[in-house]
Amino acid sequence: MTGPKFSFDKPGKYIGQPTERPDTRRLLKGRGKFVDDIQLPRMLHAAFLRSPVAHAKIKSIDTSIAENIKGVVKILKGTDFIGIVEPYVGVLSHLAGLRSAPQMPLAVDTVRWQGEPVVMVIANSRAIAEDAASEIILDLEDLPAATNTEKALDKDEPVIHSEFDSNLAWERTVDVGNVDEVYARDDVVTVEKQFLFGRHTGVTLEARATIANYDPSENQLDIYYSGQAPHMMQFIYAKHLDIPEENVRVTAHDVGGAFGIKVHTYGDEIATAAAAKLMERPIKFLADRYESFMSDIHARDHVINSKMTVSKDGKILALEYDDLTGIGPFSMYPRTSAIEANQVLNLTGGPYTIPNYRANAKVVFQNKNMMCQYRAVGHPIAMALCDGLLEEAAAAINLDSVELRKRNLIPDDTYPTTSTTGMKLDDLSHQKALSKLIEMMDYEKLKKENADLKKQGMYRGIGFCSMIEVTNPSPMFYGIGGAPIASQDGATIRLDAGGGIHVASSVTEQGQGTNAVLAQVAADVFGVDMDRVQVTTGDTKTTPYGGGTWASRGAGIGGEAVYLAAEALKDQVLDVAGVMLQSKPEDLNIDNGHVIDNLSKEKRMSLADLARTVYYRGNELPSDMSPELIATRHFRVTDTPFVFTNGAMAAHVELDIETGIVKILNFWAVEDCGRVINPMLVDEQIRGGVVQGIGHALYEECLYSDDGQLLNTTLADYLVPMATEMPEIHVGHIETPTKTSVLGAKGAGEAGTGGAPACIINAVNDILRPLGVTNYQIPMTPNRLLDTLRSAKI
Amino acid sequence: MVDTKTITVTVNNEEYTSTVNVRKNLIDYLREDLGLTGSHVGCEHGVCGACTLDMNGQTVRSCLILAVQADGMEITTIEGLPSEGIAEELKKSFAKNNALQCGYCTPGMLSSALEYLNNGGRANKEEIRRHISGNYCRCTGYQAIVEAIYDVAENGVSK
Amino acid sequence: MKSSAFQYELPEDLSSALKLLNSNDLDILPLAGGQSLMPMMNFRVAQPDILIDLNKIDSLKNITIEGDYVRIGSMVRYCELEQSEIIQKHFPLIIHVIPYIAHSAIRNRGTLGGSVSLADPAAEMPSVLITLNASIELSSSNSTRSVNAEDFFKGIFETVRKSNELVTSINIPVSSMPKKFGFYEVTRRHGDYAIAGAVVTSDNGQDNFNDTRVVLFAVSTKPMRVPKSEAALNGNNFNNQDSINEAIDAVTGNSFERDLHNDETTKETLAKVSLKRAIGGLNG
Repeated sequence: MTGPKFSFDKPGKYIGQPTERPDTRRLLKGRGKFVDDIQLPRMLHAAFLRSPVAHAKIKSIDTSIAENIKGVVKILKGTDFIGIVEPYVGVLSHLAGLRSAPQMPLAVDTVRWQGEPVVMVIANSRAIAEDAASEIILDLEDLPAATNTEKALDKDEPVIHSEFDSNLAWERTVDVGNVDEVYARDDVVTVEKQFLFGRHTGVTLEARATIANYDPSENQLDIYYSGQAPHMMQFIYAKHLDIPEENVRVTAHDVGGAFGIKVHTYGDEIATAAAAKLMERPIKFLADRYESFMSDIHARDHVINSKMTVSKDGKILALEYDDLTGIGPFSMYPRTSAIEANQVLNLTGGPYTIPNYRANAKVVFQNKNMMCQYRAVGHPIAMALCDGLLEEAAAAINLDSVELRKRNLIPDDTYPTTSTTGMKLDDLSHQKALSKLIEMMDYEKLKKENADLKKQGMYRGIGFCSMIEVTNPSPMFYGIGGAPIASQDGATIRLDAGGGIHVASSVTEQGQGTNAVLAQVAADVFGVDMDRVQVTTGDTKTTPYGGGTWASRGAGIGGEAVYLAAEALKDQVLDVAGVMLQSKPEDLNIDNGHVIDNLSKEKRMSLADLARTVYYRGNELPSDMSPELIATRHFRVTDTPFVFTNGAMAAHVELDIETGIVKILNFWAVEDCGRVINPMLVDEQIRGGVVQGIGHALYEECLYSDDGQLLNTTLADYLVPMATEMPEIHVGHIETPTKTSVLGAKGAGEAGTGGAPACIINAVNDILRPLGVTNYQIPMTPNRLLDTLRSAKI
Repeated sequence: MVDTKTITVTVNNEEYTSTVNVRKNLIDYLREDLGLTGSHVGCEHGVCGACTLDMNGQTVRSCLILAVQADGMEITTIEGLPSEGIAEELKKSFAKNNALQCGYCTPGMLSSALEYLNNGGRANKEEIRRHISGNYCRCTGYQAIVEAIYDVAENGVSK
Repeated sequence: MKSSAFQYELPEDLSSALKLLNSNDLDILPLAGGQSLMPMMNFRVAQPDILIDLNKIDSLKNITIEGDYVRIGSMVRYCELEQSEIIQKHFPLIIHVIPYIAHSAIRNRGTLGGSVSLADPAAEMPSVLITLNASIELSSSNSTRSVNAEDFFKGIFETVRKSNELVTSINIPVSSMPKKFGFYEVTRRHGDYAIAGAVVTSDNGQDNFNDTRVVLFAVSTKPMRVPKSEAALNGNNFNNQDSINEAIDAVTGNSFERDLHNDETTKETLAKVSLKRAIGGLNG
């Protein structure tokens, strides 16, 4: 150790403070740089003709009229990419048995979902490309489509990939303890429910966007990327377009929302890069809203039959369910579409002690758009399932559901421990979180108020969820299975000659405030004002190698790397300062841009003076002193697959029993994400996440016809939450730092989305249950609720 | 045959004369022809509100207006919002409340918020929510945006 | 999502516009506020050969009192309608309903004539105009005719307007502003098109329903007037729960159309709820 280490004993100048994000200045001036804001010389524009049907053989494609439209430069079919793009398969070796077929960027001989890209038109403008696409004649021979998840494995259902014997992509069973023995007991109560989770999607306000530019003189491919994982995409473009990895640069500037939508490999984006290489010109592709709905990954789509057994004195004894999930015709590359089902198996019941547990998940192919990881992968399913059953069980034994939770939550003083499904759990605080939640919402008063209002014909309910969230994943998530997805991240911090510092990090920014959080950590730990910190993220050429931002890892992993790099740079600076000031490095420190005496706090020299001496007047330094004022550190989580967080949330809702409209009156969330680096940003992550969760619970659903036509492809008929209907969301914190890092930060980005659906579902059923009915199909639309209410006793 | 027309538009107090394809939307004209990329395209069917901007003193969806229809009009985009008065106060309040995450909805959101405030909108959260309910935000959950507008409605322009 | 190419015409007076509409057999579409047509063009659902922009025709932009009726030019925008002193004075029902129509930025461009011509079954104004006994004036280059609002709407996006005609004004008798009106719509989100809605008007002399009009919207292919409900109410006291229940029950038996999210049963249920609440919210 050279100088004094950063101390968390007293409040930091930045760490722990609701610091404003420097990035907002740019965005509030209209100076952001999103992919579509970039115009390159000689740039062309792509549009795709997409399959109008769910399943068909391509008999012929006639482009003769389209080719002759003025301004059309090139038309490419699926076959044109053979030999140019190496096919990709979305499997991971640690998901044993997972299978999927090779994919090409465009359909080659068969189309397998409505919306699959079939022909690419490249023209001088997007409008002309669309003109041409509309003149292409596709001759398709319809094939029967497998669209019903529940029938996907039936013998007479069409098999989507002829090389497989069925539409089964993956299956896993978890069996712990002995549920059958529990069922045989006569002192227990079992509740049984079917849960239906509709498909929805991310609706990033900036749709997917790519510019690819290829320079043949250097065999260099530059990708302007609206996404979350630049290094992963660098690998993918390099491998599948046969370009050395170091010759591929992926840059993400501003990204207009991502939510997991923008962390996958999309055929239209690969085709754009391949075409740029072929044509040696920049090509821009922007998904419009219509094609976003048809081609951005969809999420969820689960049918779950489940039961929970409790003892009459309120102990959860057994949980059993079968999860059937439809993923579209392929498993998405490279993360695969089996992760969500796997997470459901891993996470369900995670907050509780459940001695007996049996679950089976089947992942099936369908002729629908592909399903893959979207914000809070598996969490909303797992939490809604367990806490929904828990509420049912509480009602069945006539116990308040909060009391049932209290009796079964893993106690705060038992960590480290292991969940029923074998997940390592540490540094969690379920009991504290629930107590704080109850206090914040004044539960007893609220219950009484609901009961009083019911006498006046108002139907109000309360729904809870205790949850865990996967954050800061280790290599056990993807890397172990062979995916080019880094779980470690790096940070390089450089002292510039002017005395400011520059941070380059491999995590990325999509609005969460990652850049601000990194700057806060760097400024505090190194000892400069935040105004003197520049941050670069989202560039494979200038940042260390790393995973990017997904699975709530930016602050926890990226922040820790910055922490370590800032300490290392500080050590370098103090070594130099020690020589220059004839002092021991351990007696010096850095504060507010100056080297100071650590005891007296007296300023000794400015960082600018120090840096200039090192950079310009090296002659003043001893010859064995390295003129190095730059440090890189990487960080990864070891010894545990994930760093779990926990939370407790509740919703207070009113159901208009005549219209089926649910109004959310209030929402509370208590979250333990370890050390909070920026409370304002954490609160906003929770709120934004909760609202996306409310979207799933009440509004959002991709609706398909029986023959696989997506029926809602506009924002007018795919509903997302809007301002008027959204509640005030009250956020509280418990801070239990993780012991896996110095900073102690865990993630917070997905908690709201993971927990909110359960709260809404449970609150509505809190109203329905006394009326003799329940509904566990989400989204809970007026149509579905009215249907349920028709058999209610009102 | 490409049908074009020459138009003269005042954008952010600067006058531009351009020949445009008649099928080009105002938002595409501003972004592609004038390089004013601060206004964003979110849906191209008038629902998301990201392209909302001020035309002759009123908010409009610039994806639902042809560039040729802006002939003779005065347009203010996010780039042209004044660095003083209520617009500046609103921007500061957005930063302070973290009323934007990715920033994609921000140009439209500011435009709608300014319309609310300039028309005498009150410091009333329900009314603010109703007024901005034509503007999608997928990141914030809206609360911070409502707070940011509320603060300006309540405190006005600080001296 | 860019519109297909078209020829753009910007006539400065009505007769030029009508002449253009009449000029040949190409696909010609008039552009009013553009808040529905522009999305349809961007989606290439509408692909006109010629687009006739009506926004420069000043004669279509006025609201005037002409004898015993108010004439609203078809290019009057919702924001102008809302600000109009004439409308505020004579038709508080219209003023009451405007805030339910989409959002401010849409109302700043959208026109009454455009909405009427589009005939979206979920739109509010067609039903309001039927309760107000409005007539729609249609002009072609060689004739002008007036159609009662109730007869104007034929189906989903379908009216009696011929392709060579323009809606030039919406005319509402001053006397037809009812003394009492009620409006209710069910939406999942503020400003959305309704799932179901009802407009109820009554011209009361005393405490009774009189000359009642009941129009439901967003539940069928076009605004649904319910004469049986009107008959059940007429002559009965505003607080007569039996007649109100009878009026609500009379909604059953009509033909309801599902939409993407709501089946016919839900539509019927919500039509009845809307009517009940519209009656319950009768003003005055």
